[in-house]
Amino acid sequence: MRVGLFLTCLNDTLFPGAGKAVVQVLERLGHEVVFPPAQTCCGQAHFNTGYRRECVPLARKFAKDFAGLDHVVSPSASCVAMVRENYRELVGESPPVYEFSEFLVDVLGVTDVGAAFPHRVTYHPTCHGLRLLDLGDRPTALLRAVRGLRLVDLPDATHCCGFGGTFALKNADTSVAMGTDKARNVLGTGAEVLAAVDNSCLMHIGGLLSRWRSGTRVLHVAEILAAT
Amino acid sequence: MNVWLGMPPFPEAARQALGDSQLRANLRAATATIRTKRAAVVAERDDWEQLREAGRAIKDRALRDLDTYLLQLEAQVTDAGGTVHWARDADEANRIVAGLVRAAGATEVVKVKSMATQEIGLNEALAAAGITALETDLAELIVQLGHDRPSHILVPAIHRNRAQIRELFRREMPGVDPDLTDDPVALASAARAHLRRAFLAARVAVSGANFAVAETGALVVVESEGNGRMCLTLPEVLISVVGIEKVIPTTADLAVLLQLLPRSATGERMNPYTSFWRGTTPGDGPREFHLVLLDNGRTTALADEIGRDALRCIRCSACLNVCPVYERTGGHAYGSVYPGPIGAILTPQLRGPDPVADSLPYASTLCGACFDACPVKIDIPRALVHLRGKVAHPPGERAAMRAAAWVMSRPPRFAVARLAARLGARLARLPGPWRRWTEARDLPTPGESFRDWWDARERP
Ligand code: SF4
Repeated sequence: MRVGLFLTCLNDTLFPGAGKAVVQVLERLGHEVVFPPAQTCCGQAHFNTGYRRECVPLARKFAKDFAGLDHVVSPSASCVAMVRENYRELVGESPPVYEFSEFLVDVLGVTDVGAAFPHRVTYHPTCHGLRLLDLGDRPTALLRAVRGLRLVDLPDATHCCGFGGTFALKNADTSVAMGTDKARNVLGTGAEVLAAVDNSCLMHIGGLLSRWRSGTRVLHVAEILAAT
Repeated sequence: MNVWLGMPPFPEAARQALGDSQLRANLRAATATIRTKRAAVVAERDDWEQLREAGRAIKDRALRDLDTYLLQLEAQVTDAGGTVHWARDADEANRIVAGLVRAAGATEVVKVKSMATQEIGLNEALAAAGITALETDLAELIVQLGHDRPSHILVPAIHRNRAQIRELFRREMPGVDPDLTDDPVALASAARAHLRRAFLAARVAVSGANFAVAETGALVVVESEGNGRMCLTLPEVLISVVGIEKVIPTTADLAVLLQLLPRSATGERMNPYTSFWRGTTPGDGPREFHLVLLDNGRTTALADEIGRDALRCIRCSACLNVCPVYERTGGHAYGSVYPGPIGAILTPQLRGPDPVADSLPYASTLCGACFDACPVKIDIPRALVHLRGKVAHPPGERAAMRAAAWVMSRPPRFAVARLAARLGARLARLPGPWRRWTEARDLPTPGESFRDWWDARERP
C-alpha cells in the first residue's frame, strides 16, 4: 500500500525519531511510504488558541500537500483529530488521515509488527487519542505484542497531563501542577519508559521527568514498534 | 457579582490557589469521591447515552422556542395564583426582590440554595437595602458564615474540610457548643439547631429552581437536606428567581432530567428531596408566590450559535468534578459564581468582556473530560475554542500567530524556523513567552532531523 506520512511540525522540528520509526515499521510490513516535502503544519495551535481565520490557509495547504493519497498516516493523535474534526467545517474537505496505531490495527489489521523491546513500559493515553479518536486499546494491543516488553498500568491514566497546547504557556503553573501529578504516577510504576501516541504531551511530561533527573525517558509508541 | 470584584485573571488566581496545600488536598479528596460515585451510578445504566441524548434534545427544544415556553409558563403561573416579574439584568432582579420583601414588611429572608441569586449578588443587594438573607443550605451556610466565596456549583464549600468547618462554626455560629467536634453528624446537628430558629421565624423565602415546567407552571427544586423544602413551605411569601433557560416544555421531560441530574451531581440514583410547587394554594404553603424570570445575558448567549449550548446546563457540576484544571485550582480561581468548565464558557457570555472573563476560555487543556461527563452533552471544548476566537487576546499574540502562519505557509520559511527552533531548544532558558516552558520543564535535544535522514536514504 502507498501511504502518505504526515509528520507534523512538532515532530519535524523536535522529534525526528517518531517519523523515522513510522517509516521503518511501515516498510518492514511491506508498504511504500511517501513523504510530501512541502508539508508544514495542520494549524491546530492556531485553531485551538482562537485564530480560526489564520488557520484556514494552513488547512487548504494541507489538503493540497496530501492530495491524491488514499491513506495519510501520522504519529500524532491530536493533529489527526484536528484534521478529522475540523477541516470539513473549515475548508470543506477532510483528507483521509489516520493516527499510526489506528492505521496499523484498523486499516492494516496487524497488532504484532515484529518488534522487540525488552523494557518495562507504561502507557499514557493522551486526551485527543482517547476522547476524540477513540483509540481505545489499539496502542496497548500493539505494545503487548512487542517481544520482551513488560507493560505496566499507569494509575489515573485517563487524566490529562496538562499540556494543552498554548495552555502549557498561558497557564504554565496549572500545566506544571497537572504534569507533576502525571509524572509522579509514571515514576510510581517503576517503568523505564513512558510511551504515548502524541509527542506534544510527551514533551511536557518528559520535560519534567528530565528536569527532575528521574532517569525515566519518554518514547513515541512508534519508536518502540520500530525497535527490533 | 460584587463578591468577585478585584479577582485577578485565571492564570494569576490559579497560581495562588496551586500553592495552597490544604486546598489541594481537600479538592483532590472531594472530587475523587464524587467522581467514583458518579461513575458507579452511571455505569449501572446501559441506556445512559440515550438518556443524555434525550436530555440534550429536551433542553434544545426548550431553547429553540424559548419565547413561546416562557409565555406559557407565565400564563400558567399567573393562573395558579402566582405573579411573574421579568428582569432584564441583575440590578432589575435585585430591585424587584428587595421591593417584594419590603412590601411583605420583612427585614429577614431565608434562602434556598440558588445559583441565579448568587449570580446577581442578591444577598449583597438585600443587605444594602437593610434586609438580612440567611443561607439555609449547609454548604452555603458555611460559605456565608466564613464571609467566603462559593467554589463549586453544588458543594460551595468543597474547598473546606471538616476541621476547618468546625473551627468556623465555633467562631461564627451564635450559641454553638464550644466542645463541638468535627464529626459530620455533630456539625450537621449544630447547623440544624442554628437554622431551625430561622425557619420558624421567617416570613419570606427566596429560592431558585432547577426546572420550570411551561405546561403546568410548576417549579422544581432538587436538594439533599430538606432545608429547601422548609423554605418553600413555611414562610408566607415565596420569591423564586429563575434564569429563563430553566424552562422545560412538559412534566414528562422531568422523567429524563430527574434521572440525569442526581446521577451526574451527587452520584445518587435519586436525590433525597424533590419539591414541586405551582402558584399558591389556600391554607397550604406560602400565601404569595412571585416568580422573577431573569435574563442577565442569557438572550445574548442564545443569539450565539455555539455559545448557546451553555444554556442547556442543568448545573449538575459533573464537569467540575472531572476537570483536571478545576481539581488543581479550585473554584475561586475562576473569579465567578460559575467555576470549572461550565463557568469558563458561561461567565464570558453572561458577564461580557473583562480581564477575568477573557482569561476563562483559556482555563482548559481541551482534554474533553467535561464533554464526556455532561448529562446534556454540551460540547464544552468546542464552545471554549469558539469563545477563544471572540475574547480579547494579549497584546502581540495575534501578530505572533500571524507570523507563525506566514512561516508555515511556505516550506523554505518553515525550514529556517525548524533550524532556529532546534538551536533554541539547546538553551537552558528560553526567551519571551517560551520562558514559561523552561521554568519547570526541559526541552528535548533532537538528533539528526527527519528530513536529512529521509533525503539521505532516498538517494543511494
Ligand atoms: S455543563 Fe453539563 S456537566 Fe457541567 S454543570 Fe452543566 S450540565 Fe452539568
